[in-house]
Amino acid sequence: MLTDNNKIFHRKKILTIFLICAGVFLFLFGRLVYLCVWRAEHYSALATALHERERSIKAARGRILDRNGTVLADNRTVCTVSVIHNQLEDPEQVIEILSRELELTEDYVRKRVEKYSSMERIKSNVDKELGDRIREYDLAGVKVDEDYKRYYPYDELASKVLGFTGGDNQGIIGLEVVYDEYLQGEAGKILTMTDAKGIEVESAGERRLEPVSGQDLCISLDMNIQSYATQLANQAMATKQADSVSILVMNPQNGEILAMVNVPEFDLNNPYELPEGTPENISGEETQNILNGIWRNGCINDTYEPGSTFKIITAAAGLEAGVVTPESGFSCPGFVIVDDRTIHCHKRAGHGSQDFTHAMMNSCNPALITVGLRIGLDSYYDYFEKFGLKTKTGVDLPGEAGTIMHKKEGMGNVELATVAFGQSFQITPIQLLTTVSSIINGGRRITPHFGVQTLDAQGSVAQRFEYPVSADIVSEETSATMREILEMVVQEGSGANGKVEGFRIGGKTATSQTLPRGSGRYIASFIGFAPADSPQVIAIAIVNNPQGVYYGSQVAAPIIRQLYENILPYLGIE
Amino acid sequence: MRAQVKTRHKKKAQTEFFFDYSLLFVVLFLLGFGLVMIYSASSYEAFQSYQDTTYYMKKQLLAIIIGMVMMGVVANIPYHFWERFALLGYLVSMALVPLVKTPLGVKSHGASRWIRIPGLGLNLQPAEVGKLCLILFLAVMVCKMGKNVRTLKGFLIMLLLPLPVVLEIYIITKNLSSAIIIMAISVLMVFVASPDYKKFIVMGVLVVAAAALVVFLATSSTANAVEGEEVNFRFGRITAWLDPESDSQGTGFQTLQGLYAIGSGGIWGKGLGQSMQKLNFLPEAQNDMIFSIICEELGLFGAVAIIVMFIMLLWRMMVIANNASDLFGAMLVVGVMGHIAVQAILNIAVVTNTIPNTGISLPFISYGGSSVMFLLIEIGLVLSVAKGIQLKEL
Repeated sequence: MLTDNNKIFHRKKILTIFLICAGVFLFLFGRLVYLCVWRAEHYSALATALHERERSIKAARGRILDRNGTVLADNRTVCTVSVIHNQLEDPEQVIEILSRELELTEDYVRKRVEKYSSMERIKSNVDKELGDRIREYDLAGVKVDEDYKRYYPYDELASKVLGFTGGDNQGIIGLEVVYDEYLQGEAGKILTMTDAKGIEVESAGERRLEPVSGQDLCISLDMNIQSYATQLANQAMATKQADSVSILVMNPQNGEILAMVNVPEFDLNNPYELPEGTPENISGEETQNILNGIWRNGCINDTYEPGSTFKIITAAAGLEAGVVTPESGFSCPGFVIVDDRTIHCHKRAGHGSQDFTHAMMNSCNPALITVGLRIGLDSYYDYFEKFGLKTKTGVDLPGEAGTIMHKKEGMGNVELATVAFGQSFQITPIQLLTTVSSIINGGRRITPHFGVQTLDAQGSVAQRFEYPVSADIVSEETSATMREILEMVVQEGSGANGKVEGFRIGGKTATSQTLPRGSGRYIASFIGFAPADSPQVIAIAIVNNPQGVYYGSQVAAPIIRQLYENILPYLGIE
Repeated sequence: MRAQVKTRHKKKAQTEFFFDYSLLFVVLFLLGFGLVMIYSASSYEAFQSYQDTTYYMKKQLLAIIIGMVMMGVVANIPYHFWERFALLGYLVSMALVPLVKTPLGVKSHGASRWIRIPGLGLNLQPAEVGKLCLILFLAVMVCKMGKNVRTLKGFLIMLLLPLPVVLEIYIITKNLSSAIIIMAISVLMVFVASPDYKKFIVMGVLVVAAAALVVFLATSSTANAVEGEEVNFRFGRITAWLDPESDSQGTGFQTLQGLYAIGSGGIWGKGLGQSMQKLNFLPEAQNDMIFSIICEELGLFGAVAIIVMFIMLLWRMMVIANNASDLFGAMLVVGVMGHIAVQAILNIAVVTNTIPNTGISLPFISYGGSSVMFLLIEIGLVLSVAKGIQLKEL
């Protein structure tokens, strides 16, 4: 029995324990209030981030529109079929149905169905119709997500310019790469609640963050000019049995490219298709090499020896340096001796006595060599650089090739002489066209480009693109003189086949032999612009390895003539 | 004395004897509430592991039924009956602990803390036996020593008696939390037995100082640890306690997941069954961390209800202890009271990250068969003591 005295102190002690415990509980209650009230937001945000899994919703990629608003690259709804391993109920049935419907081997589907991953893609770019059909099976664990696929309404048109996209909505080549950031948009998200293993909690519902569509890209290309030029190029390639034909059409005043054709083109809706006759069992690397060859844009990615069209540059440099005037007299015996070398004119008999304008009309090598030598190595090299020939044009397409030119220290008079009429160095067609444009447009070096502006979803301008222009490459007088000389070349000289009834055309032909010399392979080309007194459009046609007649005047100039006969009225040029 | 009670019992009507219905009600409430919460917290995982959403709940229900029967038996046996088994129990509990290292031992969660009772299919945690036996043993010892408890020698003897079991549990089963709980129960019992306060205040200050020193050592050793070097895991728990987000995938993982649950429950909770954290995110959701699931589903109010219930339980036990017919009964109740109080406080403190993480279950609510059975036996003891109170004495 507790004595009364004992009882008192025991009771006091027990009460103390109770009060201490109650106090501690009260403190813990306070701590809970802190966690549930003040920290609730912090922890629930962290917890939500932990519980939510996201599936992305592709954003619609921006379209590509030509200068008249014609859609060149569009989107089509397709489906992506995937499986979620943890939600599968009857894997065998899923494997059977998917391999049958998607026309895939059972092994392929089995491997993906049985792989332990949160979500495994079986096939993308499935037609919407087929996707709907698979959805109707209502298979547990099979997800059919709608998706956009890039679609090019004109198949082959401007294939090497537009480029195409890969499975993740990213550009692979062409404008699709360069303007990827504008076209891509922002992917949306479907956020679903899942347990720690990634299994969706169905009762929890889902949240959606809507995707932001990409901006539409407006380019300077004109679908009509492009398709007509493509027709002409295909025609020329067929009749001349050429390896390839390129046509570039540009506005020489601002560098807007109206057409860029490189036949053979490829089908943008089927870019991985190998040409007929390709052996079947080739390695992945070889396949890639073949595809890279197919996708190559000759106007930009490849260099060539420009030949006589480059005489425009030598002539402009000569005029600018004051070593020659259109009236300066030259005598051509059919060859010229530079140091210890004899360099022949294409006319072995010689052009005889002629003024500079006629030397250009005749495309006389000795006369232009003389001009080059008069300018002198140092000055010539300076002009070469000043005209921008050593730097890239900055065209808004990927993989522009640089100029392959002698080092100044390695150049003697012989090299100078060959450069003066367009041999022994290489530039890209776009570089040549840009430099000639700059010479005839009053001396402003323009930047060739396609991208004009982007439009947002409402159709208003989101971004307008500006391109650098450097002034005073040549003086206005030199430019005017060059226009006159080049008009004469077409009117009465070697470029007569480029003449278009009712229009003033200026131009220059070229026939360059490809390396190694004597192989019998030539590149025929012609640059023409109109109107000759104030150029609004400039074009170059390059025929690679034509069979039979191979002169630029015979092969390339008629292409530009035909082109201009149609597009000059179309463009409203008089 | 018992004879006296018995004769009086015969003479007077039953109603004059006290049966603490309030205590029984609180216990039943906690058990029922616990079953619901175990079902809610474990059904998802139970279905994944055993294709049976009620797997854990059913096992717990069975343990509760067995426990209730034992409680009923114990409550109806006068508590002095157990006095003679005190020393035996003490020795048995010491003998049981090393058994976890024998083939009888069961490993779970990387620690061997259980032994299998052959033939019954039940796992027994020697620490639970130890708690019950020490409460009984120390209560007997306090009565035996009488006034000697008040001397320093008596005080020290009382503190040394539980040490063998405590050390065994700590060293053999690496179960620091059970060791701390047993030690705390013992100290509380000695505190009640002796009229002195000073010694206990000094002890309290020493414990706080030691804890501060350990925290200091832990932070400095972690701060100085070379990259990739293994830091002592208890030290790691202390740094994870100070800043659980610093090691959210490692030591701080469980704590942080618990805090996510509490925080996302907010004041009102997500509603019963709506917890997200129980979907495999929070380890031991139905066990040590069940309180955080309660907070997530029922909010601050669910948590307060639990705390109020525990305070009521302690209050009822205080009333019983204060009115016990003898010191032995009072000491038994104090031991049980200490046990439940310490364990509930430590559990809630761990879950709210008030102290470093250590595995302690919430009495009556957490999943765990042997724990709930022994708790119910202890409640049986308390009810038995309560029965000894004569109403006219109140």
